[in-house]
Amino acid sequence: MLSYTIRRLLLVIPTVFFALSFLFLLFFALPGDPANLIAGGGDRNPDPIVIQQVEERYGLNDPLIVQFKDYWVRTVQWDLGESFSDRQSVNEILGEKAVNSLRLAFWAILIEIVVGISVGVLSAVRRYSLADKLTTVGTAALSAVPVFVLGFILQYVFAVYPNKQGWPDWMKLRTSGLGPDTWAFFFIPTGEQWRYLILPAVTLACVSTALAARMTRGSMLEVLRADYMRTARAKGLGERQVIYGHGLRNAMLPVITLIGIDFGTVIGAAVLTETVYSWPGLGSEIANAITDRDLPVLLGLTLAVTIAFSLTNLVVDLSYAWFDPRIRLGEEASA
Amino acid sequence: MSDDEFPADPSIYTADDPAAPLDAEAERPVGGIAAGLAGAEQASFVAPRPLRADVWRRFRQNRLAMAGLVFLAFVVLVAIFAPWIAPYGFDERTSGAFREAPSMDHWFGTDTIGLDVFSRVVYGARISLKVGFVATIMAVTIGLVLGAIAGFAGGRTDNLIMRFTDIFLAIPYIILAIAVATIFGQSVNSVILVLGLTGWLGICRIVRASFLALSRLEYVEAARALGFSKTRIIFRHMLPNALQPIIVYATIGIGSIILAEAALSFLGVGPVFPTPAWGLMVSEAKSTLAVAPHMLFFPGMAIFLTVLSFVFIGDGLRDALDPKLK
Repeated sequence: MLSYTIRRLLLVIPTVFFALSFLFLLFFALPGDPANLIAGGGDRNPDPIVIQQVEERYGLNDPLIVQFKDYWVRTVQWDLGESFSDRQSVNEILGEKAVNSLRLAFWAILIEIVVGISVGVLSAVRRYSLADKLTTVGTAALSAVPVFVLGFILQYVFAVYPNKQGWPDWMKLRTSGLGPDTWAFFFIPTGEQWRYLILPAVTLACVSTALAARMTRGSMLEVLRADYMRTARAKGLGERQVIYGHGLRNAMLPVITLIGIDFGTVIGAAVLTETVYSWPGLGSEIANAITDRDLPVLLGLTLAVTIAFSLTNLVVDLSYAWFDPRIRLGEEASA
Repeated sequence: MSDDEFPADPSIYTADDPAAPLDAEAERPVGGIAAGLAGAEQASFVAPRPLRADVWRRFRQNRLAMAGLVFLAFVVLVAIFAPWIAPYGFDERTSGAFREAPSMDHWFGTDTIGLDVFSRVVYGARISLKVGFVATIMAVTIGLVLGAIAGFAGGRTDNLIMRFTDIFLAIPYIILAIAVATIFGQSVNSVILVLGLTGWLGICRIVRASFLALSRLEYVEAARALGFSKTRIIFRHMLPNALQPIIVYATIGIGSIILAEAALSFLGVGPVFPTPAWGLMVSEAKSTLAVAPHMLFFPGMAIFLTVLSFVFIGDGLRDALDPKLK
């Protein structure tokens, strides 16, 4: 296990290095001329003198290889540069927004795990029942709705419409912004905070919950057919013990992987969800950076997200290998 | 809920999938244990290619998949005949009716600057389908070639290609697409390029896995021994047997690419106004949600139904191609 862990860890470093270098080159080397963008942007033909000043200030005239080296020297020291638009440090932006994103993602993933897995298990155990059919169609439908359309529909139904109809205040949900920003134990919303949290969290959870439910159902169906299930029944164990004690534990392996990989889906969906609800997290900041062509912010936040994503995948892989020894043995045999 | 109601799984005894009891009689020429054993044996190898007629028959029995197919055919027709169906042009201003609710004149209402939403949704079908199909073809081609080389060659080449894939997989997909789109500029064609160039990672992994499994089979060894060229072995001998998962993945992939296109348009890195892209129309509607929800509902619904029909078709194809899987 130790050697497997070390080998996996060593693979992550070059992967992240090349991924970030790729993004750097994409932003700074290709035609989209950053100096032009900072000085006012493509079609507006900014003053050439301004462009020159900008190029000097940000070292954009240096040969690419020097810029590339500078970038990595700064990045390794965890200095992500400053925003083109208001010169705020990207490190500060990251610290500020990551907290909000973490809280939102925490609730979304919690919903995904609890709802997704239980719906998946129930629909596998009661295969061909009406509930199972509804789950199959419902999860397919959820995976086909664009996140932002879902967000707007929920907004309309739970906030805009009640407001139009003049419903009492306690029934209304909020759809915009972070709210009073009051939290207990970091994650628990207090006071009015939940009204602001619930819609974005549900929206963000929807797509991945559908995926988790489908995956759990498929994996559970596979397990229910396994020989050891027959053995467990033959031993005279109760049906509950057989399904939840023996079946569910084994069915969870692929689902763990999915939830880990899903972190990527959640990040992608967060860009859309946070924009729809103006939730001040990493996702909406990335969307703003795109609109403003604020390359350092875009690159810095993407860097943070990519590192987080790779580390999550690593942890998932390791836990998977921990649960199922066949994985690491297989790897070692073929290596 | 009571656990006693749960019936013992019949598949334990037949080792065959109880697949859709509907077609059980038609499906099993020799029932019982013999068929079950044959099934179990095949499962350990690469699944045999089913006959086209069988696949079609199984597909036809899946109501959701057929509904998806019918709806998709409808969208394709709408896209082809858009100029005849749409009462107005997609950028043609109508007589001063702004944000008007749906009516007989404007079936889906009008938008903020008085364009007919119905006409724009109709023309939008062209964009979504074009992006979906062309980008998927690009992605599948890249993924197929790289995956096939990796799986067939093995060793160092395989390692190199897979590490290369890992690098791009390390960046969350939508962010990768956004990053590439920021550079490529804003038009339908650049969106196609962006999604085609970023969408091949999953398919590459799938193709590699099935080529790895196939290259250990005897008939491939035989083809090698006969001195056939690598290209011939890959394309004539192995590819037809690796096609099943690719077809399923690509079908569902068209749906995901349409979703991604909508997301890019929504975020403002896709095509720009007056292109009638569905995602862009949703984005235009966001500020007027309270007064004109129809501007959001119709294009949103168009994306949803189109993507959903690809999901259903893909699911139906998977079950029809390999009834053991579900």
